[in-house]
Amino acid sequence: MNELAPISREDRVEKLKGLGHSRKRVEDVRFTQGKGNYVDDLKLPSMLYGDFVRSPYAHARVTSIDKSAALALPGVVAVLTAEDLAPLNLHWMPTLAGDKQMVLADGKVLFQGQEVAFVVANDRYVAADAVDLVVVEYEELPVVTDPFKALEPDAPVLREDLAGQTSGAHGERRHHNHIFLWEVGDKQATEEVIASAEVVAEEMVYYHRTHPCPLETCGCVASMDAVNGKLTIHGTFQAPHVVRTVASLLSGIEEHKIRVISPDIGGGFGNKVGVYPGYVCAIVASIVTGKPVKWIEDRMENLTATAFARDYWMKGRIAATKDGRITALSCHVTADHGAFDACADPTKFPAGFFSIVTGSYDIPVAYVGVDGVYTNKAPGGVAYRCSFRVTEAAYLIERMIEVLAIELGMDAAEVRAKNFIRKDQFPYQSALGWEYDSGDYHTAWNKALKAVGYEDLRREQAERVEAFKRGETRKLIGIGLTHFTEIVGAGPVKNCDILGMGMFDSCEIRIHPTGSAIARLGTISQGQGHATTFAQILASEIGLPADSITIEEGDTDTAPYGLGTYGSRSTPVAGAATAMAGRKIRAKAQMIAAYLLEVHDGDLEWDVDRFVVKGAPERFKTMAEIAYASYNQAIPGLEPGLEAVSYYDPPNMTYPFGAYVCVMEIDVDTGVADIRQFYALDDCGTRINPMIIEGQVHGGLTEAFAIAMGQEIAYDEIGNVKNATLMDFFLPTAWETPHYVTDFTETPSPHHPIGAKGVGESPNVGGVPAFSNAVHDAFRVFGLKQAHMPHDHWRIWKIAHDLGLHG
Amino acid sequence: MIPAAFEYHRPSDIASALATLREFGDEARVVAGGHSLIPMMKLRMASIGHLIDLQDIADLKGIRIDGNTVRIGAMVTQQELIDDAALTRAAPLLRETALQIADPQVRAVGTIGGNVANGDPGNDMPAVMQCLDATFTLTGPSGTRDVKARDFYEAAYVTARADEEILTAVSFTVSGGGHAYEKQKRKIGDYATAAAAVMLQKDGTACSAASIAMTNLSDVPVWSKAAADALVGTACNPADIGSAVAAALADISPTADNRGPVEFKRHVAGVIIRRAIERAWSRA
Amino acid sequence: MKKMQLTLTVNGEAHELLAEPRELLIHVLREKLNLTGPHIGCETSHCGACTVDMNGRSVKSCTVFAAQANGAAITTIEGLGSPGALHPLQEAFREHHGLQCGFCTPGMITRAHRLLQENPNPSEEDIRFGMAGNLCRCTGYQNIVKAILAAAAEMNAVKEAAE
Repeated sequence: MNELAPISREDRVEKLKGLGHSRKRVEDVRFTQGKGNYVDDLKLPSMLYGDFVRSPYAHARVTSIDKSAALALPGVVAVLTAEDLAPLNLHWMPTLAGDKQMVLADGKVLFQGQEVAFVVANDRYVAADAVDLVVVEYEELPVVTDPFKALEPDAPVLREDLAGQTSGAHGERRHHNHIFLWEVGDKQATEEVIASAEVVAEEMVYYHRTHPCPLETCGCVASMDAVNGKLTIHGTFQAPHVVRTVASLLSGIEEHKIRVISPDIGGGFGNKVGVYPGYVCAIVASIVTGKPVKWIEDRMENLTATAFARDYWMKGRIAATKDGRITALSCHVTADHGAFDACADPTKFPAGFFSIVTGSYDIPVAYVGVDGVYTNKAPGGVAYRCSFRVTEAAYLIERMIEVLAIELGMDAAEVRAKNFIRKDQFPYQSALGWEYDSGDYHTAWNKALKAVGYEDLRREQAERVEAFKRGETRKLIGIGLTHFTEIVGAGPVKNCDILGMGMFDSCEIRIHPTGSAIARLGTISQGQGHATTFAQILASEIGLPADSITIEEGDTDTAPYGLGTYGSRSTPVAGAATAMAGRKIRAKAQMIAAYLLEVHDGDLEWDVDRFVVKGAPERFKTMAEIAYASYNQAIPGLEPGLEAVSYYDPPNMTYPFGAYVCVMEIDVDTGVADIRQFYALDDCGTRINPMIIEGQVHGGLTEAFAIAMGQEIAYDEIGNVKNATLMDFFLPTAWETPHYVTDFTETPSPHHPIGAKGVGESPNVGGVPAFSNAVHDAFRVFGLKQAHMPHDHWRIWKIAHDLGLHG
Repeated sequence: MIPAAFEYHRPSDIASALATLREFGDEARVVAGGHSLIPMMKLRMASIGHLIDLQDIADLKGIRIDGNTVRIGAMVTQQELIDDAALTRAAPLLRETALQIADPQVRAVGTIGGNVANGDPGNDMPAVMQCLDATFTLTGPSGTRDVKARDFYEAAYVTARADEEILTAVSFTVSGGGHAYEKQKRKIGDYATAAAAVMLQKDGTACSAASIAMTNLSDVPVWSKAAADALVGTACNPADIGSAVAAALADISPTADNRGPVEFKRHVAGVIIRRAIERAWSRA
Repeated sequence: MKKMQLTLTVNGEAHELLAEPRELLIHVLREKLNLTGPHIGCETSHCGACTVDMNGRSVKSCTVFAAQANGAAITTIEGLGSPGALHPLQEAFREHHGLQCGFCTPGMITRAHRLLQENPNPSEEDIRFGMAGNLCRCTGYQNIVKAILAAAAEMNAVKEAAE
């Protein structure tokens, strides 16, 4: 039945809350009332608690483990060691990077905090007491925490299990602590251009080791139902289906007998992509005891043992003509992967998409070589709020542009503008093999410079330097510029897989008879607001209000297979699957509408929420009417019901970009830096929900601020972690965090069904070089070329000190 | 992070607290706000058999201002210091300092007694107490005695308080003049990279009395007599302040930590002390 | 270890329960009283995810022993507003996108609730300082500040209308 009073088209569009609408988040209703459902909230009958005995040493032989006192403690159910896991072949596990990793110490430990034994008790307090009662004897071995020293000929052998293996998952190993050398580009041609270039800038740029540190740590509840033979695992998984497949491969339990559920996740940022020993031990313990076993890591365990990020030593060389045209880029990386290569990258990309390192610039020839190295540090190497190794790449090129500008004696904004890929060059083939989908860098750049009053800022900065030299002030101004290009949305199955699983994603839609719907996806939100935005995509595609569409993720028994949420892939891949599944719904709906209106399919056109007979606007069927008919009316040649599923294999990555400007006041005497202004222009293609985009940008910039200005995981020379609590691991409060101004341009992706590119990680990728460049820029006039992050007070002070600014 | 088991005691007067302390000797510890002790217990770096909670002891509460004398019960929280208008009028240095300690939730439970008694060189109030020339009242089995804040700290976590004693109050005489507590830290909730408490009195254009103490720049708080002497009788001109800073720096021996190496800390300490003196002088 | 009898008034309701003295208040609330709104984030009293109101003060319940809380009146996020009648802060956090993953939100709102009682007319700077005991990894705080300012205005308007 058609509406009695016609509603205007604008009202119908508004009612959908589809693309472009700042729809309020549906998730917030429960979160604001404390009714979220995170893994540690889960309580199952007879549930046991697991806790780890961890190594205090970074490198040692484990000579004995005496668990008798722990086992004698009332309430302790089991103490598992590698010896117990060995018969199941679970004392080691495969990593996502083609290496293997100890689940529990097998003869030796290789980093501080490594898992040695797993205590299972009926209470978390008893488990903690029992951890103290397990007596482990160690024989200390020489420690290597420096990747360059690890490659010296006489460096200690870390991975004795790899003795004699001269090749690994990614090719040749040239030293006992070497993992791989990954090369992209034309090395010889690049060298030739550099050798004869008019100007060459060269710098070692270190992107320090840090950690995603979501507010919720990692954890799980494994529950083996012995009666039905079904294993259910609730956990903090950014990729629940991958966990199911890995759990099946490891345990031998058939995949249909494993159900993985990611409940609400308290932030992920890459920390929750990997598979950790805690998950494996909880599963084994549940199988052995027949009871549910909960394992929740504490904050120190989180910071010391699960999933660090970065730790890239990048030697960059950039060549240019005298007037500032870049002619070549070369970069060699010494990548510290820690004790096991557990980087979370697509299988064929051991350094992720680091080869996006040519950035926003039209660079004719380039070369990248990455050496992966073992050290006595925690494994990980995750994409902390970025696509795989993209922050590292963006940081390197954005630093090299600045260094080149110094070499050329030019303004860094001008060097950028001179070398941007022009709008008419898209789709653009980069020297390192990527096809950039779309971009309009000059427009974004000019908008950004104008918005901040760039010329005036430079003038003020110059005046400040003069005042400084006259002794009238001790504060300098730094102007940090960045124009970044990301590569996200992994990825095309032809070259992107994780452990063999192609990196497609999926959406399954079921329209209910009365015009509401449920859609299930292979991704999982960790705060991105999928339940809100995916419903918006669908609303625009199928004409049902977003408020009438439930989005469900994270339960592998109900959701279609997908590779999960990380690397800004949800919108580019699952978002596309959602649109495509919606289009399948619409295609069937069109046939139903044609039948109901007694016209030919081709006589109908789609209009917001309905099919209308062309030329007869009063004759239409709304999607709600069609949904009802699909279940209740026999339609010749059509099955009843209105459902669709789409598995979307993206034809290409998407390439979001942005232009950021950071203005900083630096106290030369104390090293204290105040962010006076931060402007962020993001272009993420089609904008689904501007409110959520802005929120993502604020959050990513704050993580970038933390990373650039103080956040690190540092080790001393014997492998002790120096920043294992939130006293020392820098997470800024509302007080330190700057105020941001956000802006945008909108350049849709030509290959994505709705033109969206993803945004969650752009602010981290672009933010870090913006903050760091501001620090460098403040001291450029005094001769600074490169100073390593994090730029905490003492390191900034040291810059000033080394430049002789303290008199 | 799960603490080991302990027995819990909540006495309602000082005498029973002392009795329990005596009964269990080394195994017993008193707890005030607990925000230093409890994390240590959770990390199992402090092992305590008997925890004596002082929250019900009425005698340990309250701020009394009697003429020029201020007496603050050990269990007065940082937030209560901040909120007490009369105290702020009498000794504004305390509010200025308390606002730079930890964060709102920690200030709501963290006490002045806990802050001065546990001997953590990172705590801010010990230097402030030395700057004010405060007296700590210790009550033990054999009665009550007073120890000057300037004599109280022996080494990190080692103080003049005997194991069987409880620090029950701090008191000091209000001197007027200008005050400042200047602290550099990495973020809210951090200990000082360097901090300085300064009190200055002005007679005409000259400094008639001075007191300067520093936080987290040695294993104990440091009150620098030499620095104060360098200012008294001067007009606190830049050169005078420079002499005071040099004297203060001669009295500290910072150690390297995650905040930075010694050279940096010494430099920042100099800047912070200078700024504290300048601000105190501008208020004197 | 011997358990002790505790009396807690939580969200207006009196509870008698047994707990070891060492049990942390956050664990008692979450596991014995099933109030899973407050969360555990850092365990060293830095992040504020476990913030609850105890006897009229904001406290970090990961750093309070249950024994210390014996006799106390406690308010958790579950005690603010109800599904049919959300607290203005709960409304404002949603309206202004003051949350993303939701993990810090209960502690954040509970702290903001106390802050607005301490200071009903806070400036942006007051809010940033007064909320500095609560970490958020998602939002960058800007929208949290906005939400608290909006809630303060709303609460003051309601109060004025009532007077």
